[in-house]
Amino acid sequence: MVSRAARLYIGLVVSAAAVLVAAAILACDREMMQAHFWTPSPALQRPLAALLTLQALFLVCDSGATPMTSRQTRWSPSSSATLAAVVLLGPVSAALVGATALLSLQRHLRLAERLFNGAMYALSGLAAGWAYLACHAVPGLPDSGNFRTILLPFAAAATVHVLANHGLIWGVHRLNRGRGMWRRDALESSLTLLLASDLGYACLGLVIASLWAIMNWFAAALVLVPLFVARWAMGQFAEQQRAYAATMDALCQAVETKDYYTRGHGDRVSRGAVMIARQIRMSTERTEAIKFAGMLHDVGKLGVPTQVLQKTGALTEDEFAAIQLHPMRGLEIVREIGFLFEALNGIMHHHERMDGRGYPMGLAGHEIPEFARVIAVADAFDSMTTTRSYREAKSIEFALGELRKGAGTQFDPVVVEAFIAAIEKGTWQLPEPAAKPPDPTTVTVKDHDDPTAPLRVVEP
Amino acid sequence: MTGGTIARRTAPARMAYWQALDSGRILLMAAAAMLVIAAFAGVVALHPVHVNFPAALAFGGFIAFGELFRLALPGGREAAPIAMVGAMAYAMLLALPKPDGRVTYDALMVVAVAAIGMTVGSLPHIAAGRSAGLTGMCTRLVAVSCVAFIFRPIVSAGFGHKDVNWVFQFSVIALVFLVGWLVDTLVGALIRADDVGARFSVAMRDEIRLQWPLGLAVGASVIIAVFGAKRVGLGELLVFIGPLLVTQLAFRRYAGIRATYLQTVRSLARVTEVAGYVEAGHSRRVSRLAVAVGRGLGLAEPELLALEYAALMHDIGQLSLRDPIPGGATLLVSPADQERIAELGAEVIRTAGVLDDVAELVRYESRPARGHEPAPPLGSMIIKAANAFDDMVGSSTDRNRSAAALERMRLDPVEYDAGVVAVLAEVAARRVPSRL
Repeated sequence: MVSRAARLYIGLVVSAAAVLVAAAILACDREMMQAHFWTPSPALQRPLAALLTLQALFLVCDSGATPMTSRQTRWSPSSSATLAAVVLLGPVSAALVGATALLSLQRHLRLAERLFNGAMYALSGLAAGWAYLACHAVPGLPDSGNFRTILLPFAAAATVHVLANHGLIWGVHRLNRGRGMWRRDALESSLTLLLASDLGYACLGLVIASLWAIMNWFAAALVLVPLFVARWAMGQFAEQQRAYAATMDALCQAVETKDYYTRGHGDRVSRGAVMIARQIRMSTERTEAIKFAGMLHDVGKLGVPTQVLQKTGALTEDEFAAIQLHPMRGLEIVREIGFLFEALNGIMHHHERMDGRGYPMGLAGHEIPEFARVIAVADAFDSMTTTRSYREAKSIEFALGELRKGAGTQFDPVVVEAFIAAIEKGTWQLPEPAAKPPDPTTVTVKDHDDPTAPLRVVEP
Repeated sequence: MTGGTIARRTAPARMAYWQALDSGRILLMAAAAMLVIAAFAGVVALHPVHVNFPAALAFGGFIAFGELFRLALPGGREAAPIAMVGAMAYAMLLALPKPDGRVTYDALMVVAVAAIGMTVGSLPHIAAGRSAGLTGMCTRLVAVSCVAFIFRPIVSAGFGHKDVNWVFQFSVIALVFLVGWLVDTLVGALIRADDVGARFSVAMRDEIRLQWPLGLAVGASVIIAVFGAKRVGLGELLVFIGPLLVTQLAFRRYAGIRATYLQTVRSLARVTEVAGYVEAGHSRRVSRLAVAVGRGLGLAEPELLALEYAALMHDIGQLSLRDPIPGGATLLVSPADQERIAELGAEVIRTAGVLDDVAELVRYESRPARGHEPAPPLGSMIIKAANAFDDMVGSSTDRNRSAAALERMRLDPVEYDAGVVAVLAEVAARRVPSRL
């Protein structure tokens, strides 16, 4: 739900929008109003029809928003309608176009969201319109004579619009963090990309305005074609991304079927790694990469013969070497996937220790890539808090204690602290305590990830 | 991750450029070269009054910029939609307001400007060590020339005059653009059919299916650019490039994730190899064979993609087995066990929830071609044959061994579909050590 501060903020934004728009309407005296709306102005034939068209364009752009999976950019080409109104009609009309967000056809919106969106777009439109006027541009039809002189004012208006828009949204996120009412995707996606794409679409406003003198409302319809194609492509992208994630899950599960007790391990490590990544404020792109790295970190275990994984008691040197090799085998499998290079590093070095006694390379301290240090912590934690054939699952408190104990020698203290903070803040879903395995051949006796029961090697 | 890097990473040892040239490409390049020569000769002969330098410079720059931002589409295609918008809009420019001058330039001028723009735009690609994309450039140039040769005379006849109804102008531009787009698609399909060994009709259908959304966006953008330039002048191009870039970005991400997806399945399908269930390289060889056979049988691209996924993952069911089958060859296992492996594999794939058609192919991959109701899908029969072939021949390119394997499959028309085996034989005959 909405926090009290956020509710106050929304109230403020809505009333500010109402007051300012009303004041702006009143500020134009009666004559201006008439010139603006009801009588054909010399600049623009039938401005009311233009206003309605732009409002319709805004609604169409706003309503069919593609639901994006995960934290991808939300595409809001609706700014093109507002900015076209800025150029053709002026600030008040721009605000009125923005206010149509109240009527958005997106069904899932709640009243508070509608009110806020309407107020936010109205305010941004008003601000953009004022910026346009402040740069000494006069609303009307662009032509070859004035086009060059309105380029800069338009750029200013577009920038103000984008900034006002994102500034106001940012406020809500700031005050309402973690409450899940507004999807957090807009905030978490790459901000520069978001701003750039919004500015790009804002340019369409000037394009619509330029075409208006020739084809009237049809200009808006024509501009919709590339917009819809872009949206289609984004939809395809989202669909492919969903399919990709699902396929990845399925394949990882298939890999884990070999070992009864570690089923779901990759998935949980991946979640833990992402929690840490968020806590230490990794960029979105790297967080996405560490998600996959966590999921796949043990894929190389497939290359370790089953009898070694299932052996009770101490291992021979050769058997231990086979286990030590599994990060390399994992790397071998995933190397050709177009991942970030860092993800590969994370998979390869997730068993290194801070004191240099880990495998496969014996790296120490900050020689170990950050991804690997993060995965190591999430990996050990999940191993301790899930049931193994030789012991019951340990409690979260115990596992965190073990992590603290290992901080500095086995684990990176910064990562451990970040993980503990993330666990305390959020919720860690422990898996269901594993029942007795139906098929005893799928049980691994030793877990190489478990720091409380290190693998023992036979003394020669 | 862009498609380009992936393609480069997995491409088999590249052949020298001239070796990859085939008759279709040579014909295309010759046509483009002749156009360019004619264009330059024509421009030199053109009266300076008709050369509009600001327009040529603006559109040439636009085209070069567009070539810089090429777009990798699924299936290793490359497009340059922004360059296409620039070139087509220049070819169909109706009029410009006073200070920007006349638009009485002819079609040859369009070809020359487009050629120069494309060349300039491809220089950074060459400098960065990427391919120059000559084929794509020639295709675009031919399409643009067609449009220019149709449209410039119409404009010279006064079509761009302000008294002409804009709806009429709009319709003619849309129509001529459609012609240009069809030429572009046709040439693209011809080249592609040649490249991958597909039938032309199938390639054309694939091309249209894949390209029409982009074509629609380019077409609308051309119309916007033409009318915008008519109203406010060349400055409009500057503004319009923003939304075009954003739109292209959407496509780029789509193509990028598709490439990563395929790459991931390719890589993860190798877990069976690393775990010792199958011989190294088996799944990839089977998938290449299967796709080649599917193409030979005229499957369209979405079906080929499903086939490729299914072939890559056809052994995934073995992960559920306690111990690897000796040598990994599913051919040596009893039919009942083969069915079980296929069933398990299909189950794994079905859990993804998005690859049900792939799961179907895997489920029936061991079913005999004849004597079962319902008959296995064509894709399954292809995988069965490709799998058996690879189990018997492996990575060897020994012709006798391959002939013996094919003979054995031919003698067993109940197990292996005769049509599939016939195409498989053709594909196997094309196998050269460096390519497979």
